[in-house]
Amino acid sequence: MALVVSVLEQGLCYAIMALGMYITYKILDFPDMTVDGGFPFGICLAVVMIRAGVSPILTLPICFAAGCLIGVCTGIIHVVFHVRDLLAGIIMMTALYSVNLRIAGRANLPMYDYYTIFDNNAVNGIFSKLPSVFSKFQTVIVLLIITAIVKLVLDWYLKTKSGMMLQAVGDNDVLVTSMGVDRGKVRIIGLAIANGLVALSGAVFAQQQRYFDISMGTGTAVIGLASVIIGTALLKKLSFFKITTSVVIGAIVYKACVAIAIKAGLQSTDLKLITAVLFLAILIITRDRKKRVEA
Amino acid sequence: MLELKHIYKNYNPGSVNEMCLFDDFNLTVPDGQFVAVVGSNGSGKTSMLNIICGSILADRGEVLVNGQNISNQKDYQRHKTIGRVYQDPSKGTCPSMNILENMSIADNKGKTFGLQMGVNKHRKDYYRELLQSLGLGLEDKLYTKVGSLSGGQRQAVALLMSTMTPLEFLILDEHTAALDPKTADIIMELTDKIVREKHVTTIMVTHNLRYAIEYGDRLLMMHEGSVILDKAGEDKSKMNADQIMHLFNEISVECGN
Ligand SMILES: Nc1ncnc2c1ncn2[C@@H]1O[C@H](COP(=O)(O)OP(=O)(O)OP(=O)(O)O)[C@@H](O)[C@H]1O
Ligand SMILES: [Mg+2]
Repeated sequence: MALVVSVLEQGLCYAIMALGMYITYKILDFPDMTVDGGFPFGICLAVVMIRAGVSPILTLPICFAAGCLIGVCTGIIHVVFHVRDLLAGIIMMTALYSVNLRIAGRANLPMYDYYTIFDNNAVNGIFSKLPSVFSKFQTVIVLLIITAIVKLVLDWYLKTKSGMMLQAVGDNDVLVTSMGVDRGKVRIIGLAIANGLVALSGAVFAQQQRYFDISMGTGTAVIGLASVIIGTALLKKLSFFKITTSVVIGAIVYKACVAIAIKAGLQSTDLKLITAVLFLAILIITRDRKKRVEA
Repeated sequence: MLELKHIYKNYNPGSVNEMCLFDDFNLTVPDGQFVAVVGSNGSGKTSMLNIICGSILADRGEVLVNGQNISNQKDYQRHKTIGRVYQDPSKGTCPSMNILENMSIADNKGKTFGLQMGVNKHRKDYYRELLQSLGLGLEDKLYTKVGSLSGGQRQAVALLMSTMTPLEFLILDEHTAALDPKTADIIMELTDKIVREKHVTTIMVTHNLRYAIEYGDRLLMMHEGSVILDKAGEDKSKMNADQIMHLFNEISVECGN
């Protein structure tokens, strides 16, 4: 049971990040490596803010906004300076490593004695009134609510005119130009939203883990891509789900696979190796490398 | 009025594949004129349209609209008043969206793409009506993904999309080439109707000599980056397909093929 809860907790934290990667990888066809720096950026920003006394709930919009700025930087490097997508992300990821160390002041920073979005007077108050079975799921329930809100807002956004332009630019950017719209600007907006979600996900993860460590970002992009790919593969079987829902499920499934691998005897120090091997396996199984045509 | 003045264009300068296409190319199209352009493959028709629309830049020369130089405007700025259908059917629509969503996007051209709902349900009947004019039965396929339509059907939708909003220029690059003869005739009729109704200045590239003669106020023939035949009004109506075919063969012989 504890294992299931832990898988759900981690999966849901990463699901928000995966929704961001759904925008870059699937909609914009942009494999965005910024994530490896943007996710820990959200973590350290949230930890530093909470330690400084900022309200935990307030760290979420602030981290989202800060993440948007990071996405704008990646976008400008790619769109204005014509640096290839993968390289633009790697440049930002590298730069963010130092930025994160600057923000945190050191390589790891705990916040065990502070209130978080999962553990504060208001949430604890509500759960103390509920039957005690729920207390085990306190974090999961709060996470479910946050993830659901993010998912619904994203669903709504993708149906707006701006959201449709975003989908159009990945689909056929010639049409976007024909509509008299700057395709570069649309790309930058997409990267901003995606990285906003990634940093937001980091802020949530920070409060679930209650500490920041500089190595927390390594492999985030791979986890995100794996979740998106599992999500789209699932969608083919379960077509009644929205794509965003299946990406969320994809993140949980991925975390479950990792948990099973560790349970099966691998060490937690093997984590990144498991991450990489699983990702490779998923790529081979789904063969989703080609630019999508029908999808 | 649209003017191309002293346009020079070299493809791949400095490499072994260097190719000089336009060498002092000039063209003037008065307001409301419907120009049909014919010419052999590789004669520079698409390149000319690309230079007008800003999709490629000329090495030298000016593109003027109503006397104003637009050479420095970005492609998307120029497209605000241009409706365009491409030679490639996949370029005019978004394959992963359905017809309704595609038409909604086109319907919003010229306005801001903000946070309002993308699809306006009240416009559905209007879209159906437009689609009905194509006679392809697409009015019953509003929720079909455009990617699963045939090339011809897509091209027909693309034509509607490019002419839904007010426009100054209509740029058509072999927009009937992917269609079967009957559908091509329907689309050509529709094109003519739209051009007449909207009084829009139109440049239509076609390989169909019959269309070039029947439709439009002016006929251009291009060859190796220059205009070798330019007939308008009376002169044009006297031309027939045989004469053009004859000219066509002549230049082909010159080229040795
Ligand atoms: N991007 C490019 N790079 C190099 N050469 C090009 C490029 N685009 C066109 N050309 C060359 O310019 C010439 C004119 O091409 P263009 O596409 O304008 O011809 P076209 O008249 O539209 O022909 P078609 O009837 O086949 O569509 C061709 O010889 C072509 O090889
Ligand atoms: Mg052409």
